[in-house]
Order: sequence, then structure tokens, then C-alpha cells
Amino acid sequence: MASMFDTRLTPELKELAENLLRTATEAGLDVFPTVFELVDYKQLSEIAAYGGFPTRYPHWRWGMEYERISKSYTYGLSIIYEMVINNNPCYAYLLRGNSLVYQKTVIAHVYGHCDFFKNNYWFSKTNRKMLDQMANHSSQVQKIINEIGHEEVEEFVDVCLSLENLIDIHAPFKFASEKKAEETLEDFREKPVAKFVAKNYMDTYINPAEYMEQQKKAQSEKKVQEQKFPATSQRDVLQFLLENAPLNIWKRRILEIIRNEAYYFAPQGQTKILNEGWATYWHSKMMTALAPVCADEIIDYCDHYAGVVASHPGQVNPYKLGVELLRHIEKRWNKGQFGLEYMSIDDPKIRKAWNKDVGLGKQKLFEVRKIHNDVTFLDEFLDEDFCHEQKMFIYDYDKQSGKYFISGKDFREIKSRLLDQLTNFSNPIIKVVDGNYKNRGELLLEHDYQAMGLKKDYAIETLKNLFKVWGRPVHVLTIQDKSPVKISFDGSSHLVEKI
Amino acid sequence: MKMESDLNRFRKIVRGKIRSGLRKYIANGDLIARQGKKNITIPLPRIDLPQFQLGDGEEGGVGQGEGEVGDEVGQGQPQPGEGKAGEAPGEHSLEVDISLEELADILGEELELPNIQDKGKKNLEAKQYKYTGILKQGPESLRHFKRTFKEALKRSISSGVYDPDNPIIVPLKEDRRYRSYQVSYKPAANAVILYMMDVSGSMGDEQKEIVRLTSFWLDIWLSRQYKGVEKRYIIHDATAKEVDQNTFYRTKESGGTLISSAYNLAVKIIEENYNPAEWNIYLFHFSDGDNWSGNDTNECLKLMDNVLLPISNLFCYGQVESRYGSGQFARDLTKQYGETHEKVIVAPIKDRDAIMNALKIFLGKGK
Repeated sequence: MASMFDTRLTPELKELAENLLRTATEAGLDVFPTVFELVDYKQLSEIAAYGGFPTRYPHWRWGMEYERISKSYTYGLSIIYEMVINNNPCYAYLLRGNSLVYQKTVIAHVYGHCDFFKNNYWFSKTNRKMLDQMANHSSQVQKIINEIGHEEVEEFVDVCLSLENLIDIHAPFKFASEKKAEETLEDFREKPVAKFVAKNYMDTYINPAEYMEQQKKAQSEKKVQEQKFPATSQRDVLQFLLENAPLNIWKRRILEIIRNEAYYFAPQGQTKILNEGWATYWHSKMMTALAPVCADEIIDYCDHYAGVVASHPGQVNPYKLGVELLRHIEKRWNKGQFGLEYMSIDDPKIRKAWNKDVGLGKQKLFEVRKIHNDVTFLDEFLDEDFCHEQKMFIYDYDKQSGKYFISGKDFREIKSRLLDQLTNFSNPIIKVVDGNYKNRGELLLEHDYQAMGLKKDYAIETLKNLFKVWGRPVHVLTIQDKSPVKISFDGSSHLVEKI
Repeated sequence: MKMESDLNRFRKIVRGKIRSGLRKYIANGDLIARQGKKNITIPLPRIDLPQFQLGDGEEGGVGQGEGEVGDEVGQGQPQPGEGKAGEAPGEHSLEVDISLEELADILGEELELPNIQDKGKKNLEAKQYKYTGILKQGPESLRHFKRTFKEALKRSISSGVYDPDNPIIVPLKEDRRYRSYQVSYKPAANAVILYMMDVSGSMGDEQKEIVRLTSFWLDIWLSRQYKGVEKRYIIHDATAKEVDQNTFYRTKESGGTLISSAYNLAVKIIEENYNPAEWNIYLFHFSDGDNWSGNDTNECLKLMDNVLLPISNLFCYGQVESRYGSGQFARDLTKQYGETHEKVIVAPIKDRDAIMNALKIFLGKGK
């Protein structure tokens, strides 16, 4: 790290880290090599503002984050207690001057994350040399700035950032679509519909006229579909823009960089609850059972832990939800509370008392950390008993008083709300449906409406930015107040029409 | 520090020096402090780049904790999901109470408010001496034994004369440390704040909430600047009356509006209780800008010119926006006194986000 201070761990901390690593490994965690750096709060705030990386491309929003983080620290409002980046090796930061028990906890927590980064399926396609990649991005953008000018480049970065959430989180897992074979004139000639082989006198039975007609229609529809642009709707809007928007070389490069970083961060948004839950589960397990803190540290440890899992009204704390649900799973699988027989019990008392002592908890936990993301994790394991134990509720806005009120405790509603919120890492699903809309080269996007509409003023401002990339009028289809609308921007004014 | 240039750029954008296109995205930030049982939002500018986002700001969510169906969920914008793509490092808020003085200092720093200048009549501050410093010279009676011993110990260890078996420490002259006093200034002067509010039918709950939040910060700032601050509250529609703080924010009348009624009452209260030679007088008036007649407005201006302005430090008029208010009064005041009058300050307060800006306008002159 470029710094005039030595950021190496003190011998004491180094030994601590080594011991905890041994404990973690014995417990079954499998981590990337982890580099800890000991930094002061200014450095920590700086790195935190950069999203955990020592170097990022020049942009004002790091400054904004830095201001917020360093001020809340100086004013004594909040403190960053862990930061670790998904990279091989993993980098993690410890705040110089924190008490030893605090450092221990953070180190244990970090090993939880490292294990998760390395083994969770949703991280499997991320770049493990992102530290280098970020530095490359930084120097590339700096080079472009030197040539083009700060103002102009930054403005375009802002435009791209305004679109950065329009990615397809599943794209890294899809096979690259097959390249179309070279087109020939043959392709445009209408071909006869394929028939089943049949003797002449049977032909009208085996290949009836209606069927042939239907096939012919389907064939020509497919032809029309193929000529559409894009042929099927595309969720990776940024990719579509990269391939098709009239951008010059430096703008294309910037958009590429923003897209690349968005994909790198996406799994963290997809697994926040599970990832934090997993790390909290392990730090708590290590601090209290595997490598317990000393008697004189226990109060400090508890104080810290209480801060981590504190719930604030109107919010779900991912640390708390994650760790509690993991413990719930561990308990259920230890007691054999799964399978058809268990699931068909209606009486919660019998469910609670159910114990077959099968001891599969640990095995199940490692399976969960391997294959799940937040949506699948909650979908599969959030059950009625858990919601009840955890005192979860849903709340709604009351227009008259302008306040939020608890509106229900029904488990199904709680679950469906949570899943709605987490779908597509809490971002709307938006697809390109037509890149040649109205046959005038306009861009038509469609919002895949689930439970919530788009924020209207944000949508309009975003369209203005999209226009700067596409260069022709842009539209998005969505639903407002239960009726379908089209929001458009044509370069000078916006329009919201009902359709 | 690498961050320097990004930080400078951000600050320049906020101050409107560069990238003016981004100004419309500047919103108030969300540093949350605890003060007693309340959460208080500390202003910190943010630039919110637009993205396609879900929600209309009124949807509910999922929470966890005590509470029955029908209970109110605690204040604070609920955050569905966990917002942005998990870039944020683990951060947790410290459950530390923040004092009103600290809040005032934070406000002053964020809004770059000047301290209030001497009005010329008397000192705003009184000197106070506190022994908090350490010096290398001083009278022996103020010698700090512990520090002196420590210095001597450090010196003897580093120069190698320290013998653990015979730990004798002899302080030399350069080891000696003495307590020293530092001068701090305590506010000495008194101030009275007169809050006046239009409670006619056109002022809704949201408007009153804006007034309440604005005056909360005004209280905090002025209390920090003066030794003692008294607050008086006047509500008015077509007639005015003095009320206590609680009533001030809760009253809703349906009548029309005669602003002069409030100003007349203010004059009366000041004349009876506050000698302008001894008190710093602050007048804050909040309304949606509707006055019944031009005649009454003229009456108001006369009262201001003849009585209120000569005796007060500041006369601030904050105009909240309501569905029914015409906003005429702000225009009348600006027409009469211009935008750079020494004492009359007019600020629009369109919504909650505009409060901090209004505070900056009100208090920015350091009066």
C-alpha cells in the first residue's frame, strides 16, 4: 500500500491472525491467503471510500464517501469495523489502536468472508485479481482524462454510473450465445415446411393441411423475430449499449470499465445477508467456543457483538437475519427437522420438540454457503417458526399521518416482501426490447414489473443520461398506479404516456 | 493522500464551482446522531446520481423487533434490501449520545456558519481560565510531578543510565513540566428568540413540521452562542396570541391572516420584558406568505421600520410552501428591503431538504 506508514501487523497481531487461521481451518473453513493491513482511521476511511481498494479511477464520489465516513468517525457516530475484499489473496484492514479483542473479532469475521468468497458459487465467476484490475482501470481512466479533459470524462463517467445497475446478474453463468453462421442469400429465401415422410395416399392424414399452415406461420414468425433487433430481449443493457451505441473509443472504454466493476460487485449485493451471516456465525463461534476470548475480554466482545446484530426499527439488519437463520438451519438439521414427515406437522409444539439427533447441522451449513444467494437462501429456509421467533413484521406507509405502521405479522407476507426486495439485488429488472423502435433507431426498454414501480423522477433523469449514450430518443415501458405507461425522453423534453 | 483530489472535486461541485449540471442531484445527507431519545439528522451534502430505482417512497417493508400490529415504526427512512451492491464496508453506529453543544458545533462546521459578532453594546463572551495545558517553563508551585517523572524516566531509559535494580530517577531541568492555563471564552450575553408562526388554515402539518425542525436548529445554534437564551412563541391568524412551545406547533386555526397582529404583539412583548440595550433580540417569522390585504402588509413594514428593526439583531422570514399560500409576503419584503439588507433576511423553505439552506441564509451573516 502506498503509504508512509508501515501497515504490517505487529508481531502480537500476526500471531493472533495465525492462530485464528489455524482454528478456522480446523473448523472446516477454506480461505484464500489473507493479507491484513494495519491502518489508521484516515487510511481506513480512504480505503473504505474506495470500496475497499487502494486505488480507483479519479471520481468525486469517492470524495463524497470519504467525507461521510471520516466525519461520522470524527463526530463519534459510527465506526467501520471490518473491510475485506474479494481477491486472491484477500485483503483486509484492521484499525490501528483498536483493542485486542476487537482485532480478534474482526480477524475471525474476515476469515468467514474469505471462505465465503472462495467457495460460494455466486462468486465463482468474479475476477480474483481485481486489485490489479482496479489499478489498471485507474490508470486507463487517468490516461483518458489527460487526453480529453477532466470535466468531459467525469461527466461521461457520471452518465455510465447512472446506468450501472442495468446488468444481468446471471450473465456470467450463461454460455456464450452461439455465433451466428455466416449469412447467405439462401437464408432469406422462403423454405418449404418440413414434412413427415408418408405415402401419397396417407399424406393428408400425416401432414394435415392445418398443421402445415400452422408450421408455415410459425416459421415466418420466427423469421420476423430473428430480424428484430435484438432478436430476444436483452437484460444486459450495458452490453447492448457497448455493442450498438454510437460511442467513440474512449467512451466505449469507460463504459466497459464501469460494466466490468458492476459485475465484480454484483455478487456482494446478491449475497449480503448470507455472506454477513456466515462471517458473523464464524466470528461468534470462534470467539465463544473454538478459541474463546479471555474472561477480561468477554464484556467488550459482547458489547461489540450487540452492536453488530442490533436491529433498527424499519430495517432488516443483514448481519442479524443472516446469522440467526444460519443457526436456525444448523439446529433444524442437527435435530433432523426436515423431510416430508417433519414438514407435514401442523402443530408448532410438536415441531419444536422434534429431535432425531441426526447431527447434520454443520454439513448443511457448508452446503448452504456453497450454493445459495440471499434470494434462494431465504426462499428455502425462512419459515414460520423462524419469523415468529425473530419477531419479524411488515410495515406500511400511512398517507394520512405520514408515518409507518406495523401492518402485519403473517409469515407468507413477510417472506414475499423480503423476496421482492431482494430480487435482482434490489434493482428493477430492465431489458432492451427494441433497438430500432418505430423503425427510427430509437431505444425501447421494458421494466419487468414485479411488485413495485419505478421512481418517476429518477427514471426521467436516467433516461436523459441514457440518451447521451444512445444518441436517439429513448423510452421505458413500466407500470404506474396499476396502469402501463411509457416514459420517453427525446433529447429536449420528457413525456409520460399511458398505453 | 490520494483522496485529496477526489475530495476537492466533490467539495467544488457542492459549492457550485464546477459541474453545475450536478447541482440538481444534491440532497441532504444522512448522518444520524442520537440526542436523548430522538434521532437527529446532521446535514451532509450528497450527490445522488439518478438510476432506475424501485419504489415511490411510500412503500412499506420488513422489520424486526418488538411491536404489535398497529404500532408506529420508529422514525428514519426504512431501507428496503441493503441498497447498493454491497460495496459498503461493515459499519455500525455507535450508540453514543451527542450533546447539544456538539450538535451546534457540527452544524456550524457543516454549514460554515460564522460565530456571532459582537453587537457593539457589550461583550458576547467572558474569559475563563482553565489549567489544561502543559508547558516546559513555569513556577515550581505548578510543577506537574507525574509528567516530570515520566520525562525523566524516558530520558534515563533512552540514554541507558536506568538501572532496573536500582531505579533511581533524577529529573533534570529539561524534564520539568508545568501546568499552564488556557483561556477559554464563555458566552456572557443573553438573547431572546421570538418565534412567530402563521397558523391559519393554509398551514398544514408538514409545514408546521418544517418550522419545528428549522427552529430546533436555530435554538441549538443560538444557545451555543449566548449564555442564556429565552424563547417566546407567538401564533397568529387574523389575531395573535402568545403560547407555549407545545401549543405553538400544535395549534391549527381556520381563520384568515393578518400578519401585523403578530408584529404588534412582538413589539408589546419586547417593550414589556426585554430592554434592547441588554438583550440580543432575534425575530423569526414563518408563514406561507398569504396576507389578507396589502394594507396590512404596509402596516407590517411600518412596524418593522419604526420599531422592530432598530432593536433587533436579525429579522428572519422563512416562507414555507403550502398548497394554498400565495407566497406574496416574501416578495413584498424583498421588494422593500432588497436581497442584501443588513437585518432583514428572507428565505424560502420549500421542503425538508431546504431547511439547511434556509439556516445557512439566516445565520450566515454572523449576527
